[in-house]
Amino acid sequence: MLEKIVFKDKLDGLLDKLGREYGLFAPVKDGIHTVWTAVFKAGDLDWNFTNTDLSPKGFLFPQTECMLVFENDPGSTEGMILKQPEPEDRPKALFNIRPCDAKAFAVLDLVFEQDPEKPDVYWKEKRGKTLLLGLACNNPCPACFCTSVNCGPHHTDGLDILMQDLGDRLLLTPVSPRAEGFISDLDHASEKDIKLASELEQKAVGMIKGRVNMENIQAGSIIDVFEHSAWERLHESCINCGTCTFYCPTCHCFDIQDETSGVYGRRVRNWDTCMSPLFTLHASGHNPRGGKLARFRQRFMHKFKYMPFRLKGALGCVGCGRCTQKCPVNIDVRHVVNKINNN
Amino acid sequence: MINPYLPYPVRIRDVRVATEDKSLRTFELEFINSEDARAFDYLPGQFAELSIAGCGEAPIGIASSPTEGDNLLFTVFRAGKVTSRLHNMNPGDIMGVRGPLGNPYPFDKIRGKNVVIIAGGYAVTTLRSTMIWLLHPDNRDNFGDITFIYGARTPGMLLYMQVIQEWEKSGQVEVYITIDREVPGWDRHVGFVPQIVEKVSPSPDNSVALICGPPVMIRFTQPGLDKIGWKGDQIILSMENRMKCGIGICGRCNVGPYYVCKDGPVFTKVQLDMLPKEY
Ligand SMILES: Cc1cc2nc3c(=O)[nH]c(=O)nc-3n(C[C@H](O)[C@H](O)[C@H](O)COP(=O)(O)OP(=O)(O)OC[C@H]3O[C@@H](n4cnc5c(N)ncnc54)[C@H](O)[C@@H]3O)c2cc1C
Ligand code: SF4
Ligand code: SF4
Ligand code: FES
Repeated sequence: MLEKIVFKDKLDGLLDKLGREYGLFAPVKDGIHTVWTAVFKAGDLDWNFTNTDLSPKGFLFPQTECMLVFENDPGSTEGMILKQPEPEDRPKALFNIRPCDAKAFAVLDLVFEQDPEKPDVYWKEKRGKTLLLGLACNNPCPACFCTSVNCGPHHTDGLDILMQDLGDRLLLTPVSPRAEGFISDLDHASEKDIKLASELEQKAVGMIKGRVNMENIQAGSIIDVFEHSAWERLHESCINCGTCTFYCPTCHCFDIQDETSGVYGRRVRNWDTCMSPLFTLHASGHNPRGGKLARFRQRFMHKFKYMPFRLKGALGCVGCGRCTQKCPVNIDVRHVVNKINNN
Repeated sequence: MINPYLPYPVRIRDVRVATEDKSLRTFELEFINSEDARAFDYLPGQFAELSIAGCGEAPIGIASSPTEGDNLLFTVFRAGKVTSRLHNMNPGDIMGVRGPLGNPYPFDKIRGKNVVIIAGGYAVTTLRSTMIWLLHPDNRDNFGDITFIYGARTPGMLLYMQVIQEWEKSGQVEVYITIDREVPGWDRHVGFVPQIVEKVSPSPDNSVALICGPPVMIRFTQPGLDKIGWKGDQIILSMENRMKCGIGICGRCNVGPYYVCKDGPVFTKVQLDMLPKEY
C-alpha cells in the first residue's frame, strides 16, 4: 500500500522537507482572483479555491523567456555570437496544482519534447526539475468538462503526487518515483480513508455536467471538419482578442524577438496567439489566415483535430474551462466543439 | 543536450548582387568552427534560419549543394526586417545559421526516374542545390533524363545563369530558360513558365517533377501537366509559410496538421490536395 495520510495542520514537516530542495508555490486568493504565489508554511495554503485564473504554464513556459544572449558589439572577438545562458538554478515545487493543469504539462511534453534528440531545452530543463503535487478537485467548477477530454478531477497524468482532500487531512498517492522520498515517513492511509477518497472522486465526476462529443470530429476527414458550415455562425462574435489562448494551459505558440540595450543583447520568446493576423503574415503581404473565421477555426482545429492527428490521439484541451470563463463575448468551447461534431 | 535554437556562428565570406534590380543578393557563409560544418549535414530542399543577433531570423532555402564543400550559399530577396539587414551586411561580418531544417527532396524515392525541374523567380534556390547534386558524378547515374525549366521576368532577373550555362554545355541536361516578354538580343524562350512547360510537354512516364515558384505559377502549371497525364504523386512542391522556431513547436507555419518547417517544406501534390489551402 503506497497511500499515505497527513493532517493539514501537520503539513509543515512535508513543506519544510520540500522547501530544502525546491522553491514552493501554490494557489492563493488575491482579492477576487486566485494566483500562484510563493508559500512557506501550511498556514499560507488555501483549501477552498477552484482553480487559479492563469494556468501554471508560465512556470515551465514563461510569457517572456530569454533563450540566447550575446555581446552586442561587432568589434569584440566574441561579439554578435549567440550563446545559451545558464539556466535558473533553483527547482520549483507546485503544490496544489489541479489535475487538469498537470495533464496540460503532460500534453505539452509531447509538443516540446517531440524530438527526443533535440528537445526544446528550455522546457525540458524546467520540466525535469519541477515537482508537481496535485490537489484533486472535489468541487469542479461549472465550466469544467475534463471528463470528456481524457482527464478527470482526480487524474494523475503529469503529477508526481496526487493529494485527495478528506477534510482535515490529505490522502497522498505517489505517482512518480522521485516523489516517494518526500512522503516515505508519513503514516500509511487506512482502508477507510482510501475508500472515502474514491467516493469523493465519484462524486466529483458526477458533478461535471459539461460534455463535449468528438466522435465525428475524430472520424471525419480534415477537409470535412475544416469546411464545416457551422464555423461561419460560431466565429461571428469572436473579436480575436486572444484572451482564450493566453489563459489556456495547453496553448503553446510563441514568437521569437531580439532585444538589445547597449552592449547587452538577448533573444527572447514571447507567448503568441493564432488569433492575431500577424501570426501568419508573410513578408510579401500575403496572409494564409487573413480572415477572422480562419483564425477562430485554427484554434479549435489545432486542439481537437490536428493535435490528436500528430500526437497519437492526445487532445490539445484538458477541459479546464478557462477560455469559456474569460472570453469577453462568452464563446463556450463546449458549444463550439459540439456544434462542429454535428454533421 | 543539443539546443535546436542555438545557431552555428558563421562569417560572411562573400556577397554578390544577384539580379539587375539589386533586390536579391547571394551570400556565401563560412562556418567559424569546422566541427559545426560537419554537424550541418544537409541535402537539397532543406532550409536554414539565417540568424542575425539583435535583428532576428529568416528561413531561407539552402542554394548550395553539399557536394560543393563546407561553405553555404543563400540567395535572399530583400523583403522585410531581417532580409533588409542582411542586404546591408558585408564580407567579414559575423552572423548565425540554424539548421539544416525541414526535409530534402525525396531522392531515395525518386531514384531511377527522370527528373523535371520547374522553377519560377527566386524560388529556384533549392533547385540550384538539387541540380548541382544530381549532376555530381556520385549521383548522376542514379537518375534518368533531367529537364530544367526556369523563368524570370527579365534576363537580368535570372539567377545563377553562369552555372546554368555550364549544365547546358555538359549535355547532361535539357535546359529551357524563359523570360516574360520579348527583349532585344534575347534568343531563348519567351513566355510564362506554364506556357513553356506545355510547349516542352515533358513525358510523365517514370518521371517526377520538382516545382518551386510563386503560387500563380504553380496554379497555372498544374493543368498543363494534368492534360498530358501527370499524376499528383509525381508532382513535388516546396511550400512557404511564416516561420519562427523551424522545428514544429511555435505553431505558426501549419497547413492543416502538418508544419511546413518540420513535415515539409517538400510536399507532394497528393498530400496538399487533402489539406486546407492555408499557405
Ligand atoms: C522554407 C522557406 C524557404 C525560403 N527560401 C527563401 C529563399 O531562398 N530566398 C528568399 O529570399 N526567401 C526565402 N523564403 C522567404 C523568406 O523566409 C522571407 O522573405 C523572410 O522570412 C522575410 O523576413 P523579413 O524579416 O525580412 O521580413 P518581415 O516581414 O520583417 O518578417 C518578420 C518575420 O516574419 C517571418 N516571415 C515573414 N515572411 C515569411 C515568409 N514568406 N516565410 C517565412 N517566414 C516569414 C520571419 O520569421 C521574419 O523574420 C523562404 C521561406 C521559407 C518558409
Ligand atoms: S477570448 Fe473569445 S473573443 Fe477573444 S479570441 Fe478567444 S474566443 Fe475570440
Ligand atoms: S481550450 Fe479552454 S477548456 Fe480546453 S484547456 Fe484550453 S482553456 Fe482549458
Ligand atoms: S516555424 Fe514554428 S512550427 Fe513551424
